Amino acid sequence: MEPSTEHVDAGHKPVPSVGAIFLGFLHVGMLGFGGVLPMTRRMLVEDRRWVNPAEFVDLLAFCQFLPGGNIMNLSIAIGLRFRGPLGAIAAITGLFAAPALIVVTLGVIYERYAQEPRVAAVFAGLAAAAAGLVIGAALKIAAPLRRKPVSLLLAIACCVAIAVFRAPLSATVLVMAPLSILLTWQLES
Amino acid sequence: MSGVSLVSLALIFAELSLLAFGGANSVLSEMQRQIVDVQGWMSASEFSSLFALAQTAPGPNMMVVTLIGWRLAGPVGALVSTLALIIPSGVLAAFTVTLWHRFRDKPWRRIVQGGLVPVSVGLIAAGAAVLAVAADRDWRLAVITGALALVHYATKLHPLWLLTIGAVCGLVGFV
Repeated sequence: MEPSTEHVDAGHKPVPSVGAIFLGFLHVGMLGFGGVLPMTRRMLVEDRRWVNPAEFVDLLAFCQFLPGGNIMNLSIAIGLRFRGPLGAIAAITGLFAAPALIVVTLGVIYERYAQEPRVAAVFAGLAAAAAGLVIGAALKIAAPLRRKPVSLLLAIACCVAIAVFRAPLSATVLVMAPLSILLTWQLES
Repeated sequence: MSGVSLVSLALIFAELSLLAFGGANSVLSEMQRQIVDVQGWMSASEFSSLFALAQTAPGPNMMVVTLIGWRLAGPVGALVSTLALIIPSGVLAAFTVTLWHRFRDKPWRRIVQGGLVPVSVGLIAAGAAVLAVAADRDWRLAVITGALALVHYATKLHPLWLLTIGAVCGLVGFV
């Protein structure tokens, strides 16, 4: 952690207004390209100092524990903490406002030009690259499992059930999650 | 498009909202299965294109949901899909955040969280496989996917650069 943020005492900061919460997350949504987590941390901890570094880590752990987009849940938790339900609505609206407009604008362009061969080729290249990014992301989070054969087998079983047999996600999670928790716990304790 | 029911759209994304353990990428495969296989609302290659397009926009990496909603049912579809994605997990987060300090240090919290890692890995790998199969229609596209996967895994190069490389390969006629 940066020494400059270690001494921040969030307790003495005034509670941000609903408008300030909206604008803070609007900023994150507009500028967070390729993952909003670093941008969110900078806004909350360094720029606006609404939470201190330890609180941020704790809140993030909470959001990673729950289902749903991590930053979505984080924005809701922050808004709720400072300004109740209205703050939560301000935070999530701010986070989504700019990206939603941008993504729909891109969609309009796609719809108009997707049939042109040159544009179609650009989209084909883009889609291949995006698939590569998700494979890369899967490799990154799979790396710690390399020396855990049982965990690796569980991951492969999940992947095969979903990708090859196209099993419904709800059924797969209901079977695999308890099994995985039980086996991981038994093997690591 | 007339065949798209807003209720079905909302139910699909609301379910995904509550099943997204390990973030957005873990439900990609199920999203594709529902939209493409079960409902037949678009082709697999269009789904991959829309996903790729959404990755070029800033913001949370769930923006593909807004884009799919818009594509299938216009502005109302975009709104319904986005709210269906946000509200279920958001309400759960709002109601459990005050309990968090009570269970964050409990041993079972770490056991559950650690135990879910293999499931998340498998789900994200499945999403990657489903996207790659739809996107890589010939060997050149597969080369782009494979090469950029390795670059993304091994370096900290910004994802936007990798997407740009893919788009430029298409532009100059490599694919």
